[in-house]
Parts: sequence; structure tokens; C-alpha cells
Amino acid sequence: MQVIEDHLFKALSDPTRRAIFEHLARDGEQTVHALTDRAGVSQPMVSKHLVALKRAKLVRHRRDGRETHYSAQPQALAPLVDWITHYGAFWRDRFDQLEKLLNRMDK
Amino acid sequence: MTNATPTRTLVIERELPHPPEKIWRALTQGPLIEQWLMKNDFQPTVGHRFNFRATPVPNWDGLISSEVLVVEPNSRLSYIWSSMGLETVVTWTLTPTQSGTHLKMEQSGFSIEKSSDVYYKGANWGWQKFIGNLEHILGGLN
Repeated sequence: MQVIEDHLFKALSDPTRRAIFEHLARDGEQTVHALTDRAGVSQPMVSKHLVALKRAKLVRHRRDGRETHYSAQPQALAPLVDWITHYGAFWRDRFDQLEKLLNRMDK
Repeated sequence: MTNATPTRTLVIERELPHPPEKIWRALTQGPLIEQWLMKNDFQPTVGHRFNFRATPVPNWDGLISSEVLVVEPNSRLSYIWSSMGLETVVTWTLTPTQSGTHLKMEQSGFSIEKSSDVYYKGANWGWQKFIGNLEHILGGLN
């Protein structure tokens, strides 16, 4: 598990790799060509980044004829997810809304 | 009864310059709940099953399944908060103070083991915020 987490942090420490991963997570499966068009770096660089993302299990690929399609595996981020933090922000925001409502309400 | 899996509890408290009776209405009347929390079909009856409905996003239907567990007017309210495979319990406690009410919200039952499964189901939920947090985490590592 520790090895996977090391790969994960390493993979996400590079802004281009984060952008590729985010792109896949948001827009779904893509070919290397499509990713290269968006990434602003050469295709060999994109391929290198994809290898690092695959090692961290953040993306997976499938071959379809001559094209390889890549897709995000966001569950690989699980070691980083903190639900307490997530809900903490959620409820603090709702408390603010509740206060606003109470100020609008009659006694 | 022993708890097999370790869980964590989130606690948020606030002093409010309003009487408990007024806050209780905001916590238990459907149209008022909707104004600060979410659309719902809540009824202040123990055993009542209901839903909170948020705006659906990809990979999440926006539905939170609930069941009322405790109704002690003007003092304590508790319901199940179940979404994306993560079942927690939300408990509100109202304590009168000289200037109003001390309001406490406890959300208990965060299972550490289940987080992977839960995250998979809600992968796109709060994505932008999550990326922001990630930047923060990674920034701290360098």
C-alpha cells in the first residue's frame, strides 16, 4: 500500500500530469492524440506522463485497433480522501445558511 | 455491544442569538429545512423514512437516504444520513444559554475502511474543491 501511495504522490506532483488526469476524470476516455492536443507538450511526453499515471493506477488503457484509449480511475485517489474534512466544509457552510434563515424568521 | 470497525465523528458547534424553539422550527419544518439545507420530505416522527435531495451530478444522484431516530422537541434531533454507501448519523443538540442557544451538530460513523468504495461512487462529487485540497496537500509535501 505504501508503494502505491508513493506512486500516487509522485504522479500527482507534476502539474501536467494532474491536468491530464483531471481532463480524463472530467471528460471521460481519450486517445493519446486527443490528450496531446490539450496538454501543450509533445506526444512522447504525454505518453511518459501516462506511464507514471498508470503506475499509480490513476489511469487505465484499452487498445482498440491502432488507437489506445485512456480513462481515469479516480478510486485510486481513495488514500487521499478525507470525508471528515469534506463534510466539515459542507456543514460549516450550512450553519451559515441556517443563521441567515434564523435572521429572516419571525420570533 | 462492541463496535467492530473504528469510526470517527465530526462535531460542529455554534452560539446562536435565537431561542431553541425557533431553531427547532428551522431544523424540523420541511420548507424551512429546504432554505438552509436541502429539499426534503422530513417529518418529525421517529421511524419516518425520508430523503434529502441535492442537485444530481455525474456519478451521484444527489439523494441522501434518511430515517428519523430521535425527536425531543426543542432539545435533540437525530437522523440517519446515508449516501454513496457511507452511512452516518447526524444528531442536533440544542442547549439554551443566556443569550440564545448553543447548537451542536455531530455526524458520527465515518468508517475509515469504506472510504475507497464511497469515493469510487462519488468520484466526481465536489471534484473542483477536492483538486483545490489536493494542491494544498501536495504543496505541504514539497
